[in-house]
Amino acid sequence: MGGAGMKDALVVEGLSVRYFTQKGEVKAVDNVSFTAGLGDYLGIVGESGSGKSTLGYALLNLVPPPGRVVSGKVMIRGRNILELKGEELRKARGSLVAMVFQDPFTTLDPVRTIGDQIKEVMTEHGVSEEEAEERIPSLLESVGLPARLAKLYPHQLSGGQRQRVSIAMAVALKPAVLVADEPTTALDVVVQRQIMDLVEDVRKMGTTAILITHDIALAAQRVEKMAVMYAGKIVEYGPKDAVLRNPAHPYTRALLNSVPGLRVSKWPEPIPGFPPNLVNPPPGCRFHPRCRQAMDVCKKEEPPMVEVGPEHYATCWLLSRR
Amino acid sequence: MGVGLARYVAVRASLIIPTILILYTLVFIVLRILPGNPIIAALGTKNIPPEQLRQLEHQLGLDKPLWVQYFDYLWNVLHGDFGKSLVIRGRSITQDIVERLPATIELSIFALFISLGIGILTGLVASIKRDTVIDKALRVFGAATYALFIPWIGLMLQLFFSIWLNLLPVSGRIDPSVNLRVVTGFYILDSIITGNWAALKSALSHIILPAFTLGLVLSGPYTRLARNNMIKQLESNYVFAYFARGVRKGKVIRHAFRNALIPIVTYAGLQFALLLGGAVLTETTFDWPGIGTYLVEKVAYRDYPAIQAVVIVFAFFVGLMSLVVDVLYAYLDPRVRY
Amino acid sequence: MMLSELFGKRLDRLSNLPLTIPRRGRGMVYFGLGVVLAVIFMALAAPILTPYDPTRTVGNPFAPPSLEHPMGTNKLGMDMWSRILYGARTVLYVVFLAIAVCMVIGIPLGLLSGYFGGKLDRGLSMVMDAVYSFPSLVLAIALAVALGPSLMNAAIAIAVVYIPTYFRMVRGQVLSVKSEQFIEEAKILGLPTGRILLRHVLPHLIPTIMVVFSLNAADAVLTEAALSFLGLSVQFPTPDWGYDLYLGRGFLLSGYWWLVFFPGLMITLLAIGFALIGEGLSEQVRKEVG
Repeated sequence: MGGAGMKDALVVEGLSVRYFTQKGEVKAVDNVSFTAGLGDYLGIVGESGSGKSTLGYALLNLVPPPGRVVSGKVMIRGRNILELKGEELRKARGSLVAMVFQDPFTTLDPVRTIGDQIKEVMTEHGVSEEEAEERIPSLLESVGLPARLAKLYPHQLSGGQRQRVSIAMAVALKPAVLVADEPTTALDVVVQRQIMDLVEDVRKMGTTAILITHDIALAAQRVEKMAVMYAGKIVEYGPKDAVLRNPAHPYTRALLNSVPGLRVSKWPEPIPGFPPNLVNPPPGCRFHPRCRQAMDVCKKEEPPMVEVGPEHYATCWLLSRR
Repeated sequence: MGVGLARYVAVRASLIIPTILILYTLVFIVLRILPGNPIIAALGTKNIPPEQLRQLEHQLGLDKPLWVQYFDYLWNVLHGDFGKSLVIRGRSITQDIVERLPATIELSIFALFISLGIGILTGLVASIKRDTVIDKALRVFGAATYALFIPWIGLMLQLFFSIWLNLLPVSGRIDPSVNLRVVTGFYILDSIITGNWAALKSALSHIILPAFTLGLVLSGPYTRLARNNMIKQLESNYVFAYFARGVRKGKVIRHAFRNALIPIVTYAGLQFALLLGGAVLTETTFDWPGIGTYLVEKVAYRDYPAIQAVVIVFAFFVGLMSLVVDVLYAYLDPRVRY
Repeated sequence: MMLSELFGKRLDRLSNLPLTIPRRGRGMVYFGLGVVLAVIFMALAAPILTPYDPTRTVGNPFAPPSLEHPMGTNKLGMDMWSRILYGARTVLYVVFLAIAVCMVIGIPLGLLSGYFGGKLDRGLSMVMDAVYSFPSLVLAIALAVALGPSLMNAAIAIAVVYIPTYFRMVRGQVLSVKSEQFIEEAKILGLPTGRILLRHVLPHLIPTIMVVFSLNAADAVLTEAALSFLGLSVQFPTPDWGYDLYLGRGFLLSGYWWLVFFPGLMITLLAIGFALIGEGLSEQVRKEVG
């Protein structure tokens, strides 16, 4: 998976997150590892229920109860955020790693002006009132909003504008990693592009951008590296072009096949079956019940991660056979 | 605050008038059209020579046709004149009301704060200790407090704190031996203004039991409201986003609380009618010289004009309160304004 | 074909009504029900539960609780325990009578007003809202004064004051059900209005009516007690809990606590009983809806 280089801003090793519910332990994220360097753009793609959002929360050490990280490391610029507690953890959120959420209509406080909310992000991290106040106009402008919007309340802004505000808050402290969880799903197509542009822009500051989305086509347009998640595991991972042109994992192939323009075979092929129950996931390779090429070993043992190209990996028994 | 708010207020204010009119009409009909001569009922005896009766009727304007009386009284009220008492000859009802009103308002305000205090506190605790025994117990508490019979609670408190423990006075508003110069009619305020600390102590010790009684009984809904709303806020996306942005927990709770407060404030206004009704019982139980006891006295004497006046005053205050709440709501929730 | 669909949907909906009591709020309902039933039992079994006549002197005045008089005696030597038992009859009589009148007037008015709308609805709503927003006790006092102090008049006063409660509740529900499809279908089929209202609209209101009834009963108990506490309801020597409070109040300073403690306790218990039933039921209704 590429050794930890000097340039790695984000190193995730063996991360497992579980939700302890009444119906059992949901193994939402299982032994996930990947890295991303300074200014990289990584896309994490998967269906809903694949664990990608949980993975995103884990990067901030903010998995909501009844969930909990059960093992692994999340190293951001050399610091393991999973080991931080209390004040240290609180300060790390927002300044070391920040998040932009899916629904801009419910993620801003409705009774406070956006100026106040942006200012608070800064003052809660040690910036003085005056300085925070001064920075607001330029922050707003950097996300394409006029400075006078600071006096307004969230309900007076459009969805796209609110999302920009969220981005402004997320980058106010120049975090090392920005996690964008489905940032455009709730917005219309025209606005989508503007928001995606903004997300890309943060890389210029040296921030590593992580895009979490179910929309592989969207990811395909923008990201540099792609990780495909299925049932809590990363099944394929590598440079975008490599993954798109030579998808190694059957699930990746199936996923690409379902999107016009990215197809690898002639006809669209729906993926049969349903996403697995994560309380009792299928033994062996989690994808085997839905895989046309499943073999005996797939049902018994988890496939190892195999290199299929430069920096391009996938977990599938078919690859080991070679 | 903008034109929006002003217009909003104006609309809400204009709704008070029809409400008052309806209530006045209802009470007028009930009090006058029902059988019985009001003067005889007031004097309590049938033995009046007919000419004297007619003279009295003429003096009090009772010989005019009913609809004339209806509008006459209304017209007078609009000019701030509530007429004269039927029983205590010549006594101005307006004056009575002006004298008695501050006592009721003072009691109501204290009771309101106590009820909000008890309710919000218990609601907050219940929301933090969600789904535990404490939570369930507090929810039952919230459901049951309004079913407490005010006179009973009041009398029991009197028994305990005044008679058995001798800590607090039994009834009344202030110790008669204390000499307070009355400025506003609000004894607590007045004693502070005039620097009369003995009076302040006396006034406070007199108000505790009645305010607590009334406040306790009214606190129930706030418990539930505070709890449910706090939970709702704490579970909402913007709170999660606050944490993700690294805002301190204490601050986040404060922000969530501000959001949760909105329905509580609204409810406080809606509850005002209950507050007034409860005030009547509380005042009677503690001999608190307010509008409540005034009403009960007048009821005993069948003093119809006075009773009418009290109803109108109550209706006015209920309407006013609901207006105040609307304005407060618009202030707290900017979404309503624009 | 449409008729059977209509039938089917109605049965479907009826089966969704809380005919069994789901988990939430169950405890409160059972507890409240227990209290109310206990009081009803007291009222009905009064002659068995006490040998004394509550309106006659049977012992020394102001006797504290003892084996002979478990709740003591009052100023005139009447046994308080008997007065409590027979007082239950008074309270229940007034409350149920008042609420019956209330429902008979308020529910049909609400149904009609909500269903037909128009000027009648608007006018009626305004009057009902005005009365509803006003402190019920004050209005009840004014009415009781005008009618004269008697048990029957107290019942009437209480009934009048609470009519808007039922009106509003029923009207609100009718409005929300009115736009449902099966009502439209019924209208298209030309079913008579009365039938529509009775068979198709009313069943949906039953859960809410039950909730309002319980909460309302709690209010009525308190209002009745308040009226008699103020001397506006019963007359001497009828046993009534609120009236006993009125009688016994003056003697608090002398320390005769039993004159006040027991009647007040009963009022509060009965009111809490009804209130808990109402709250418990409403938690379930809410669950079903939301």
